[in-house]
This record gives sequence, structure tokens and C-alpha cells, in this order.
Amino acid sequence: MSAPFLEIDRLSVRLRRGGEGRLLRGASIAVAPGVVHGLVGESGAGKSMIGRAIFGILPRAVEVIEGAVRLGGTNLFDLSDRERRRLVGVNAALIPQDPLTALNPSKRIESQMTDRLTRVLGLSSAAAKARALGLLEEVQIREPARLFRSYPHELSGGMRQRVLIASAFAAEPKLIVADEPTTALDVTVQKQILKLIAEMQRRRGTALLFVTHNLGVVAKICQQVSVLYAGKIVEQTDVATLFNAPTHVYTRALMAATPRYDRPEQSLAPVRPEVIAALNREIDETDKDWAAAHSAPLRARA
Amino acid sequence: MSEPLFRVDNLRLSLPDMTRKPLFGAAPRIEILRGLSFDIPAGSTIGIVGESGSGKSTLGRAMVRLHEPTEGAIRFDGQDITHLSNTALLPLRRDLQVIFQDPYSSLNPRKSIGAIIGAPLLFHHVASDSADAGARAAAALHAVGLPSAFAVRYPHELSGGQRQRVGIARAIALTPRFVLADEIVSGLDVSSQAQILDLLARLKDELKLTLAFISHDLSVVRRLCDRVIVMKDGEIVENREATALFETPEHPYTRQLLAAIPLPEIDSGWLEA
Repeated sequence: MSAPFLEIDRLSVRLRRGGEGRLLRGASIAVAPGVVHGLVGESGAGKSMIGRAIFGILPRAVEVIEGAVRLGGTNLFDLSDRERRRLVGVNAALIPQDPLTALNPSKRIESQMTDRLTRVLGLSSAAAKARALGLLEEVQIREPARLFRSYPHELSGGMRQRVLIASAFAAEPKLIVADEPTTALDVTVQKQILKLIAEMQRRRGTALLFVTHNLGVVAKICQQVSVLYAGKIVEQTDVATLFNAPTHVYTRALMAATPRYDRPEQSLAPVRPEVIAALNREIDETDKDWAAAHSAPLRARA
Repeated sequence: MSEPLFRVDNLRLSLPDMTRKPLFGAAPRIEILRGLSFDIPAGSTIGIVGESGSGKSTLGRAMVRLHEPTEGAIRFDGQDITHLSNTALLPLRRDLQVIFQDPYSSLNPRKSIGAIIGAPLLFHHVASDSADAGARAAAALHAVGLPSAFAVRYPHELSGGQRQRVGIARAIALTPRFVLADEIVSGLDVSSQAQILDLLARLKDELKLTLAFISHDLSVVRRLCDRVIVMKDGEIVENREATALFETPEHPYTRQLLAAIPLPEIDSGWLEA
């Protein structure tokens, strides 16, 4: 396998004020070109925090205390803001969760798709337009020229998500982070969108980090997967192992909680209190080990 | 068999399409429900499933008369409620309760949880005074697995799953005869989803509730429902006993919906199929 393009290396972050412990607890994820890596966890586990760290847009209230985020070997934390924006802008793109808020309601689709190509990649406006139109065809939009003149509110949810997928792939980034891109969609539209993302990613050999809380989606689109709980990766493996022989008690609990219409009696099981207790003990152990190793907390360069 | 709790007969509903309204004159109407007929026996749970735009939420809202149907009839417990006025509906409101999809916007952020659950109790004279309303609210919180101390908290202090429990507590505190649950788990994590469905299954047995459970996701419906109605474009495409529907779906659309659900197991051909 080729060298990973994205390397998140023992990343720990915490709130600047208040000693409520770390929000990310030494999380490491590596995604190689051509690989779809699933990042699974529940609300508050830190999935979005990892996504934001990659783009260098952590909230102001949060500080990195240790670790690195490397794109193609360059640690983002070693760069100036300007250098980082340049590196991320050229190499990484985001497919956001909510296609409506991610699009500017007062601008036509055309300028939203081409602005980035002309500004970040320095394409001429004719070249940017040609590339955007080509991509809209690739995401199976029938009349791309007409869509170009539309405003976001004129499009359905699935259509908007197609526009955002086309935009994400438009600059040919080496890494795409998809943050719950199908959560708001109907199952039939979800399937079309997943298929589209998988095909485009395969064709281009993009490294894709796919953030989701849906294990069903992970099984269908990912090759590798990390399960996150309270900012700690509790299980990281290939999908075949995860679904056939999950080792962590939390992974097994999540599987048992996932609804299955084909096996109703083996699904929708609430996570048992023992499981939560065991998880919290594991998190405490992790924090103790970490505190022991860092009598004086290290500060990474922000 | 005795009269079902709900009898819906050839229900039609159209609404003005404001996006195509001319400057002067009436907006053209779009037909949202196109002749639906079904029964809900007392004590049963019916699942109403369909994609966005299928009319499932409009159907639910018509049943509890948040919308007035254009044609057809809705009979609740033998009484025709199709065109009842708001005043005539007042005594029935207590029996027709709704748990809403979004637990953020359906709870008043300026009221405490106790006041949110207590207000309808006082309004419908279920509680004799505010002390009684407080006691009943505490009991309802207990029934949905929340500590009674939550009564003094405000919605923003609660997680999504906890807010949805408050929504359930508000509905069941009135001991209604019918509860409409509109996509109540779609915004929740899998573990909260499982807990809420578990809770609802328990409450419907304990309180002998008649329940309509609206969802876009067939996979969450099976555990809870006795019957399932599948809707598409304002029409019912399949209305069958739940186990039969899942094991031998008859309508191609039902089969298509089932096939589109990603099951948590490795199946490399699924995306291509």
C-alpha cells in the first residue's frame, strides 16, 4: 500500500479554559490514496473535531496540546496560517453534512462552483466553467447549464448534495473529508449519492475520510474504519474484521443497537450500562497514562 | 370486530402551492393526499413509511386535525372529525397527541421542563391545580426514564435523546387515546434511537396506547409496528401486517426501499445493484 496522504498522529485537543479533560485523546488515523476510511462515533465523540483539525479550523475555544496533522508529509501545525490555507485549499476538500447551509443562498450555483477554481487553483474563468460543467455531468445532473443559473433553494436535497460532491472533486484534491454527507437524505437518494462518491473516489484514487454514525453505510463504502468514543479511537481495523469479528465491546454494542429490518430481534438493543461503565474506565485509564507521561503538559505549536 | 379507533376513508388533501401563486388570484392547489383509506384498530401500532414528499407527515397532521382534509372522511372512535371546527375539536385534543420530529424546536426554550409538561395538563383540566400538574409531570418524567429533578431544567440543558423523552412525557401525561410519533428518532444517534424505541414499545404496552409511527426508515419500524403503510406520492402502495411486509414485500416500491437500506454487513455488490 502506498504511503498515507493524511496522517493524524496522536492528536490531543482540549478546551482552552476549564479542565474537563481532553476532547481528542491521542487519536491517530492514516488514510492512503485510493482508500475510504470510515470514522464512526456518536454525537460528542469528536468526529467533527477531527474533521475540523484537518482543515485547520478548530474552534477558538479549543487548543491542540499534542500531536500532528500531516498532509502529504507536511505537518499543518508547522505552517503559518497563510501557508496552511494554501496547502489545505489545494489538497483537501469537504463534503459537508447539510447541503443547504453549505451553499450561499444568494449566489447562483455557477459562481459557487467556479470561484474556488479560479481563486485557489488559478484557472481561467473559461477553464473553471468547463471543468465545473464536466463534473456536474459526472454527478449525473441532466442539464448542467441550466443548473448553473439556479439558486440553491430551487434544488432538492439530493441535487444540492450532488452539486457539493462535484465542487469537492472539482479541484482534484488528494484528500476529501465527507462529514455525514447522506444523513439528511432518503434511503434511495442516499444509495445513489454513496455510489456516486465511491465511483468518483475510485476513478481518481482520492483518499477519503468518511465521517458517519451509520455502520450500514460504513459496511458498504469503506475499506478501513476507526470507532471513536469520547475522543479516543477504541477500535481501528479493516471493515471485514470489524463486521465479522469486532473486538471492542463498544463496537459490538453499536452493532447491536443498529436497526436491522431483516433481524428485528437482534437489533435496536440499547447500549447496556455495563458497557458505558467499561468505556468510562478505559477513558480514565487512558487519561491516567497520559497524565503520567506528561507531568508538565506539552504544548504543540498552534 | 368492533369499530376501529381510526377509520380513514378516501382521504384527500390539497394545499395551495405558494411558489406558483400569481400576483393576483388564488394559488394553484397541489394534491398531497390522493384518496387514502385504512383503519387503525384500538391498541395497535401502525407504521407510516415513505420518502420526503410522499405525504406521510401531512397524513399524520390530517389525522390529528392539524390540517383539514379536502375530501373524504376521518372517523375517530366513531365520530366524524373531518371538518370539525377548532372549538368542537378542543375536547378531542387531549386524546390526539403528537410527538414531534425535532426535539429542539418543539419545546419552548423559555419554559422549564415541568412547565412544558404541566401546561397541557392544566389546559385540559387533567390536573386540578399547579401542584397536581407538578406531581403528574414528575410521574410522566419517571415513566420516560428521566429523574423528576429535570422538571426545573430548561430544554437547552438537555441532550437530543433527553428532549425527545420530554416530548414523549408531555404526550403521555395526558393519557391520550392516540399518539402520533412523527419521525421521532431520525435525528438521534443509534444508541439513543434504540433507547427511545425501547421506551415507546414499553409505554404502548403499559398504557395500551394506539400509536401511529411515521418514519422514512423502514428498518426502525419493524420492531414497533403491527401494520405498516408504505406511501408514495400521496397514495398507499402497500398496507400489510408488518412481518409479512418485511418478509415478502409485494409492491416493487417497497422492495426498492428495503434494498436501499445499507445493512451493517459486508456486501461488495450492494452499491452496484
